Amino acid sequence: MALSVENLTVYYQTLRGDVHALEHATFQITDGEIMGLAGESGCGKTTLGHSLIVLFPPMKYVAGRVLLDGEELPIWDSEKMNTYRFRKVSLIPQYAMNAMNPIRKIGKMTQELLESRGVDYKEVIPELKRRLDLVALPHDVLNMYPIELSGGMKQRMVMVISSLLNPSLLIADEITSALDVATQKAVAEMLVEFRDRQFVNNLIVITHDISILYQIADTILIMYAGVLAEKAPTKSIIESPRHPYTRLLISSLPEVGVRYAEKRLQGIPGNPPLLLNPPSGCRFRDRCPLAYERCLEEPPFIEVEKNHFVACWKEFEPHA
Amino acid sequence: MRRYLTRKILIYTLTFFLAVTIDWLIPRFMPGDPIRNMLARVSVASNASAIQMMYDYYARLFGLDLPLWQQYLNFWKALFQGNLGISTYLFPTPVVDVLKRAVPYDVFLLVPSILLGWYAGNHFGAIAARAKRLDNFILPLSYILTATPYMWLGILLAWFFGIVLGWFPIAGAYSFSLRPTWSWAFLLDLLHHWFLPFASLFIIEFGGWAIGMRNMIIYELEAEYSRYLTALGAPKHLIRRYAFNNAILPQITGLALKLGVIVAGALVTEVVFSYPGIGYLLLAAIQNQDYFLIQGCFLFIILGVLIANFMIDIAYLVVDPRTRRGMVGESA
Amino acid sequence: MIKRSELLYFTLRNRKLVIGSGIILGFLLLALIGPTFAKYRPMDYASPLGAEPPSAKYWFGTTFFGQDVFSQFVHGLRATFIVGLLGGGLGTLMGMLIGFTAGYRGGVVDEILNAFTNIVLVIPTLAVLLIIAAYLQVRSLLMECLFIGLTAWPWAARAIRAQTFSLRSRDFVDLARLSGMTSLRIIRDEIAPNMMSYLVLVFILQFGGAILTAATLDFIGLGPTNTISLGLMMQYAVLWGALPLGMWWWFVPPGLAITAIVGALYSMNVGLDEIFNPKLREI
Repeated sequence: MALSVENLTVYYQTLRGDVHALEHATFQITDGEIMGLAGESGCGKTTLGHSLIVLFPPMKYVAGRVLLDGEELPIWDSEKMNTYRFRKVSLIPQYAMNAMNPIRKIGKMTQELLESRGVDYKEVIPELKRRLDLVALPHDVLNMYPIELSGGMKQRMVMVISSLLNPSLLIADEITSALDVATQKAVAEMLVEFRDRQFVNNLIVITHDISILYQIADTILIMYAGVLAEKAPTKSIIESPRHPYTRLLISSLPEVGVRYAEKRLQGIPGNPPLLLNPPSGCRFRDRCPLAYERCLEEPPFIEVEKNHFVACWKEFEPHA
Repeated sequence: MRRYLTRKILIYTLTFFLAVTIDWLIPRFMPGDPIRNMLARVSVASNASAIQMMYDYYARLFGLDLPLWQQYLNFWKALFQGNLGISTYLFPTPVVDVLKRAVPYDVFLLVPSILLGWYAGNHFGAIAARAKRLDNFILPLSYILTATPYMWLGILLAWFFGIVLGWFPIAGAYSFSLRPTWSWAFLLDLLHHWFLPFASLFIIEFGGWAIGMRNMIIYELEAEYSRYLTALGAPKHLIRRYAFNNAILPQITGLALKLGVIVAGALVTEVVFSYPGIGYLLLAAIQNQDYFLIQGCFLFIILGVLIANFMIDIAYLVVDPRTRRGMVGESA
Repeated sequence: MIKRSELLYFTLRNRKLVIGSGIILGFLLLALIGPTFAKYRPMDYASPLGAEPPSAKYWFGTTFFGQDVFSQFVHGLRATFIVGLLGGGLGTLMGMLIGFTAGYRGGVVDEILNAFTNIVLVIPTLAVLLIIAAYLQVRSLLMECLFIGLTAWPWAARAIRAQTFSLRSRDFVDLARLSGMTSLRIIRDEIAPNMMSYLVLVFILQFGGAILTAATLDFIGLGPTNTISLGLMMQYAVLWGALPLGMWWWFVPPGLAITAIVGALYSMNVGLDEIFNPKLREI
């Protein structure tokens, strides 16, 4: 297993107590796999993504282990984690548009960043230029200031920088959210290129837009209210989802080319629970049309089919 | 860049026009015969022919018999000829000469205190932003310093270091017994007299900039580019350097905005220490109701502030590459 | 918008706000009831001995002329608060009018008002105040408030304009416009409540600034001609040799009061900023 996460639990410290943003997350990713991480806003996907690389306060580590290529990542110790950042684990942040120093030329900033991490910039320049070609950015961009670039260009630039040292794991956090549909497609395809050319070993693509994942992800992990709901190959998630939440999610997606003249688009009624004092048992219980007494106990995340994990009693209890 | 500069120059020219107009307008709002009023307070021998001479001179200068617009133009003409009238307080010295004597002292006092205060304050604030324990101590101190009126600090320093400890003199620019010469003794004496007024200005500016910079740095350290660098494992000193470079920009524009306050502070400090700069001169002019001198001081102060503003704008241009490229970085 | 109870909770917990307002209230109390406690009138020659250090008889000692310093002090405090309130209030009001109009209307109006603001901003306030005050023989406290208010508004106008810009383009304003609200109603019901907290902060800073400017004016002798004020006390002290004669009780209290009041105002400002802006709150 390239990436193995066991029982990862991360809380947010607030004045009113700890917010249980992520609870006992356990999953694996194989070499070369692109895993999509999807769910509603506030379900914990960004928390999961970030906890693999940097824990900004008020995030605090509570429990769990992360193994990357067989090595344990010391995510609870920010200083020790530094050796892994950028080299083994890297991040394309949600705010890529503002991720570069506004008063530094992009090339200069990249150079200073690389040199501060002990990389000789001169040696990297040819590779950097090749990557710029790959994402269709002119070499001139290194002499420009961030403000001179468009949103899409900045996104692609940050993609190049983040993946420059060929990290084993690259976390892409909502990188298509702020783009128009055509650019979204281009950027998504570039991510796949990065994996295909082995710039990156594993990709975790965090998004709330499942249609993008359908295009590029090998597997999809669905999260709800801080816990994992379902993980399966993309095809299975789209065509035969097993968790009630996933099912409702997929069915609420409008299909291209289909017009709903009489029916209204179905959403999922209700709201996700507040995570300050999370409810006991299955967190989807209140909104689930299939809930019964067993749901008062939290279901484990179990493999019901090959590579298909679900956390729902209905799926592994014989009676229904 | 050209747009930026032309806008600034336009504003400054307009401001200068406005200031000169105000200067010209004010005496005309006084009730009664302005010249008689002035002459009535002249601290000069009551030589009838001398007074008549001055009256005629001023009448011509004011051109009270001419139409208003012509008086206005004459004023401008006199200005460009370097003629600001004759001081009644220090009769018969022309105002321009009186001012010329005072300006070096102001420059000597203001330039070091502004530059050093700004530089030291900003760097100190940057350090305080990241050193928690230092911050806890510096923060309230800096707030108290910015709240301190300039004249009070001057008085306190004068009293404590001048009277109680007796380390520094508290009046004048140099000892009365000495004559200005290029000798070591004189220069040392000059510095000796200069130190307390300089310190009183410097300390308050230092406090103000330290606080401002500390807040700016904290803000920049939480900016998205700082987070990105942290996520990529960049060392703290790189992140701090970037934060500093970004935070210094509003501090530069801030300097331009605070010039008015600093000038006021220098003014009262000069009064406390009887330091013969324009501020001290202005006070004497007011007390003796020497209107020409008052107007002259006003114009000089305005001119000085405009020039300083312009220099700061140029400095900003150099430091912020976005403005050079014609992007709208800071609002004018 | 935050709920009432949450607002109150943070208000009471915020040390800077509590200590700051405590100091202000203390001085305010002194200014309001102090003059009734003062045994002598401020300008009366109370002591035949001239300058005396603080004692049971004269709590803050006497001036060179034998005037009761305590009496001058509490009367001067009154003047200070009046100037802060009226001068600062006028400055905030004008800043509001100009900044808000410029920010909301935009376009040509904004350009003109902006240029106007920049011009007034560049001119050193004190120089203008000096010119005006020097030509007036008799000056009252109200006139000082007027002058200060009329010259202190530029930075408030700028700040309010920037805030208006950012609020104007927020979604809820567009929504209101789409639903057909008139401009005035939009301003009153949608934008103003969001600006309220910002205006309070601006007013506090204007209050403090007015006090400092007034002290400077008074110190140079261009303050009100008929009232005693803290700045004037300091001028007299310096003029009549308090320094070489060591009459510290004459010049320490007025300056200390100003520093304490303005410092408390700044502290309140930071505290209120933390309350209104949850991101700044320390856990």
